Amino acid sequence: MSSTPIKFYQVGSFAIGNRLLPADDRSIQSDPSRTNALNSGHRACQGCGEALGARYALDAAMRATNEQIIAVNATGCLEVFSTPYPESSWRIPWLHSLFGNAPAVATGVAAALKAQGKSDIRVIAQGGDGATVDIGFGALSGMFERNDDVLYICYDNEAYMNTGVQRSGATPPAARTATTQAVGENPGNVFGQGKNLPRIAMAHEIPYVATATVADLRDLEAKVTKAMSFRGARYIHVLVPCPLGWGSQSCDTIKIARLATQSGLFPVFEAENGEVVASTPIRKRVDVEEYLKLQVRYSHLFAPTRRDDVINHLQSIADKNIARYNLLIDESESI
Amino acid sequence: MLRQVEGSKAVADTVAMCRPQVICAYPISPQTHIVEGLSALVKSESLRNCEFINVESEFAAMSVAIGASATGARTYTATASQGLLFMVEAVYNASGLGLPIVMTVANRAIGAPINIWNDHSDSMSQRDSGWIQLYAETNQEAADLHVQAFRIAEELSLPIMVCMDGFILTHAYERVDVPEQEQVDAYLPAYTPRQVLDPLNPVSIGAMVGPDAFTEVKYISHMKNLSALDVIPRAASQFQEIFGRSSGGLIRGYKLDGAQTVVIALGSVLGTIKDVVDEMVAADIPIGVLGIIAFRPFPTEAVRSALSKAKRVIVIEKAFQVGIGGIVIENVRASLRGSHIADYTLIAGLGGRPITKQSLATYLDRACKDAVDELTFLDLDQSLADSEIAREAGR
Amino acid sequence: MEKPFAITLAVNSSLNNHTGSWRVEKPEYVHRMPPCNSACPAGENIQNWLYIAEDGSYEAAWRALIIENPFPAIMGRVCYHPCENVCNRAELDQSVGINSIERFLGDYAIEKALTIPAPAVESGFKVLVIGAGPAGLSAAYHLRSMGHSVTVRDATHAPGGMMRYGIPQYRLPREVLDAEIHRIKDMGVTFEMNTRVDDVHEALDEGFDALFLAIGAQLSKRAYIPASEAARILDAIKVLHGVEDGTQPLLGRKVVVYGGGNTAMDVARTAKRLGAQETIIVYRRTRDKAPANDEEITEALEEGILVKWLSTIKHVDEKTLQIEKMALDENGYPQPTGEFETLEADSLILALGQEVDFSLLGNSADLDTKDGVMPVDSTMMTSHPGIFAGGDMVPADRTVTTGVGHGKKAARNIDAWLRKTAFEKLENRDVVTFDQLNTWYYTDAPHIVRERLDATRRAKDFSEVVKGLDETNALFEARRCMSCGNCFECDNCFGVCPDNAIIKLGPGKGFEINLDYCKGCGICVAECPSSSIVMVPDK
Repeated sequence: MSSTPIKFYQVGSFAIGNRLLPADDRSIQSDPSRTNALNSGHRACQGCGEALGARYALDAAMRATNEQIIAVNATGCLEVFSTPYPESSWRIPWLHSLFGNAPAVATGVAAALKAQGKSDIRVIAQGGDGATVDIGFGALSGMFERNDDVLYICYDNEAYMNTGVQRSGATPPAARTATTQAVGENPGNVFGQGKNLPRIAMAHEIPYVATATVADLRDLEAKVTKAMSFRGARYIHVLVPCPLGWGSQSCDTIKIARLATQSGLFPVFEAENGEVVASTPIRKRVDVEEYLKLQVRYSHLFAPTRRDDVINHLQSIADKNIARYNLLIDESESI
Repeated sequence: MLRQVEGSKAVADTVAMCRPQVICAYPISPQTHIVEGLSALVKSESLRNCEFINVESEFAAMSVAIGASATGARTYTATASQGLLFMVEAVYNASGLGLPIVMTVANRAIGAPINIWNDHSDSMSQRDSGWIQLYAETNQEAADLHVQAFRIAEELSLPIMVCMDGFILTHAYERVDVPEQEQVDAYLPAYTPRQVLDPLNPVSIGAMVGPDAFTEVKYISHMKNLSALDVIPRAASQFQEIFGRSSGGLIRGYKLDGAQTVVIALGSVLGTIKDVVDEMVAADIPIGVLGIIAFRPFPTEAVRSALSKAKRVIVIEKAFQVGIGGIVIENVRASLRGSHIADYTLIAGLGGRPITKQSLATYLDRACKDAVDELTFLDLDQSLADSEIAREAGR
Repeated sequence: MEKPFAITLAVNSSLNNHTGSWRVEKPEYVHRMPPCNSACPAGENIQNWLYIAEDGSYEAAWRALIIENPFPAIMGRVCYHPCENVCNRAELDQSVGINSIERFLGDYAIEKALTIPAPAVESGFKVLVIGAGPAGLSAAYHLRSMGHSVTVRDATHAPGGMMRYGIPQYRLPREVLDAEIHRIKDMGVTFEMNTRVDDVHEALDEGFDALFLAIGAQLSKRAYIPASEAARILDAIKVLHGVEDGTQPLLGRKVVVYGGGNTAMDVARTAKRLGAQETIIVYRRTRDKAPANDEEITEALEEGILVKWLSTIKHVDEKTLQIEKMALDENGYPQPTGEFETLEADSLILALGQEVDFSLLGNSADLDTKDGVMPVDSTMMTSHPGIFAGGDMVPADRTVTTGVGHGKKAARNIDAWLRKTAFEKLENRDVVTFDQLNTWYYTDAPHIVRERLDATRRAKDFSEVVKGLDETNALFEARRCMSCGNCFECDNCFGVCPDNAIIKLGPGKGFEINLDYCKGCGICVAECPSSSIVMVPDK
């Protein structure tokens, strides 16, 4: 695990802050003078996981670099809700070019900085899952292959939300989207081969790959901080629930992200140079059903007839993750 | 320094002297020799403080250029044909964001059918992209236009395509007076970006603009593009002061004095046309040539003025708009508005078909007698085409 | 820098966009009732003093605690901690060891010789407290704090009431008792010991403006048990009192105690310590029905005390007694079985409960009594204006903590009555339940078990059985508190708001919602561990 768990101070490192900790041990987000890289007044939906994840990540990156960062943003919700003329919610130098080119644009930024002798300024590219696993995939792979000095952060909400919730390569099986409707014998998205971008990133053997969620801030902050300690291409994949697209309560965004990890559906781990080096153990294991039932995109699995076959299939995916990433460890080893 | 050199090499060496800081390259014929040359210069440290990025597509090439330019680096890339089309989304984005990227387009046909040889279909498809487009007649001009392009682009915060005919120029060995570094340094100031990504002075570049301001944004960009009509001639005249030769500008007339027929064209074909015209003038046919160097912005007034005495205009084009006809002619007609000058369009050299002096002379001769159709395809195998059209129709 | 129109924007300019207008509900910080506070008979604000103790501010925590209860060191030993029985943490792992932390704070204050300042302003009113037990002392403390002149009278020679004469030393060392009472004395309360009040009206006439009666219930209940003349039958209260006075009764080698309450346990354990070789408790019902605190039963059993559950005593002789086994009927009531057993017994101690000895009040016949106790109204006032009563003599649970609570309540009402105002306590019945908490955020931390003196050593003397926590353990235990219904500044709301719409006001000051930007998503409410934020309709 990237973050060092706090042994016992009431909420340890589970909560955002902890008044009982020395200031240096507190999370960046708990600091009243945090930078708010993505500031108030943005137009994200209520309870937007992506808005939260982006602030978490970029504030951590700002802290890690003494505020010397430039961000490149792919087209998508994050871009649209943060910079509709005449207002921007960013407080960092930020560039939006296109949907499918953020990694390449970031490469250009990094190259320009290097050429100008300003390599102390670090570059972050960010986008949603569509920009990352689909339309910008080639550019991302190119950036990885060249090992350009860019941290790419994918905010994965598992579909094209900005265009109205259409399926992406990151949409999980059985999920209903506008283009994988809950009709027919096998409602929702197909059980395909999956497109596991963290593993694809690992296959490039880039210095650092990690997954995280908005449910574990300390972990996310630690991973961004750690990522900034490397040079070269780095990739962080952050699960960010979308109340609109997932059909969940706006207040449940973090809860759902937590259930995604605690069910094993979303393994949280990190890899260096292509090898998994750590994973975050499940603390309170739940069946996938706990996670699924809070989301309308899966409601067809429960009514009008319960689809145990599909639920079991999804459970088997979670079980596979648990085995693959060693997510269930001995209590005595966990914190 | 005068050198017998391949066009691509001349351009590569000249671009290097412009001290670009980021170059991105993706191979596509016939542009490859240019970036190969630059690659060697960067690798050998003849060109310092420059990042040469081998990207995975032209889309990435332009995207890297966008990022680099927005970060205040002088940025260069080169492409052609399919490559240009593959990067189109980013091409529009670069101009929309006002980034002074200079890109060589080694003009080549676009498919299908796939064809690697020269015509202007590629760059012509981007005439509405908001980029400035300059077309080189010779390799000397190609080299010189690159020097001027950086200066114009950076002055205006607009990207520029320097178009040079693929193979005909890029692969041709000619005598070129390759600029000296001191001359280039004297001509081209260091790049001072209008806007830049800078943590000390952060801005958000690339906002979403809705109906409330989109028209204004587009109008402003139109007016800015038009302002290049002042900047380009100035850049050319200052170039002449330092380099001692005339290169660039908006248009270039040839034997226009007393010319009743004016042949208009872009690029290297002007050389062939001038040869034919020389012979016709020698035969007392009042004919001249008008080369258009700056196709975007289109020098409507300059062209109008150049054509003021003409009775007949013939536009020779290496691309056309399927379903209507010539492209350049449409633009020239804006300059002819209000006059009663006859115009004819000759589509020639598509996909690398040679434009021979003989065919050209035959056509021009007839055209000067108004004995040609409004739209002609040079050296078209009419019977083949007709039979194929009939076969398709009868299917 | 020149910014191209519309395409390039100034940073932070979205602060002009007040997204608060999207909202239909808004979050609101609240203070809700933690179950511990709700269950505390002394009305302690347990969550609050735990919160203060969590960062090691023990003196501040102690001072917060004694606002409600002047006896933390005593409470930490003798309170049966109903707070822990309702602690929400029990559903997560185990209850917070509130009682042990309270004791730690009490002992800390004694060790540091912390004092309570005398009131800054004297009210000029004089109040007489009759009875120096928990209720009387508590009332005296609170009344004195409010600036009244207080006199405490008691017939015994040392203050403490049942805390001294009922609770054995192994549960409550007398130096602890003395220290906490002494602090009250030092506030300027006058103690008149060995002073019996025979007539409350006369006492009032001495110039007291009000009077608080807290004489306890010291009369042992008698049960009719056929007994031979030689049978030695003793009264539990008198035995315990005698131990304290140094007039130890002769109990013999084999002692039988009759009863299942705390007094039965105390007297049995005392008998053991006095040298009885065998001590047997006889109780007519089962262990789970016994009124004694379970910990006390456990400790008694640990010390080798035998219990005959479901048994009644039928006859007592000089050296033996006969018991009858009982069986539970279908309604769970014990019924005689006709099976008998004979136990050897040098003495039988009756611990069947206590009654109020109204004879102590002498000429006070005009005060109403009912069912053996004295009814009081909601202000703890008796039927006589200006005379208030509390503790074991009024209808309520008979525990030290309840008495302390009565003393506080009576004091506040006496104060109001004297000043001719009304004391109104804001009722907060919004008790936080476990399912309202987001317990994910609390670290896994099992309860620290207080060390106890080895059972074989206990019977040898009256050394304190249960040991206190050291500072490390106390701190750990305090930090197990989930702060139900009250913000403990975990920063979750501040962190999880996607709109940066929470303003952090600084240590101890909590948070505020920035309604300009709050979209009303409710994440702050959902992720608040302690259920201290609620959504309320907006507009």
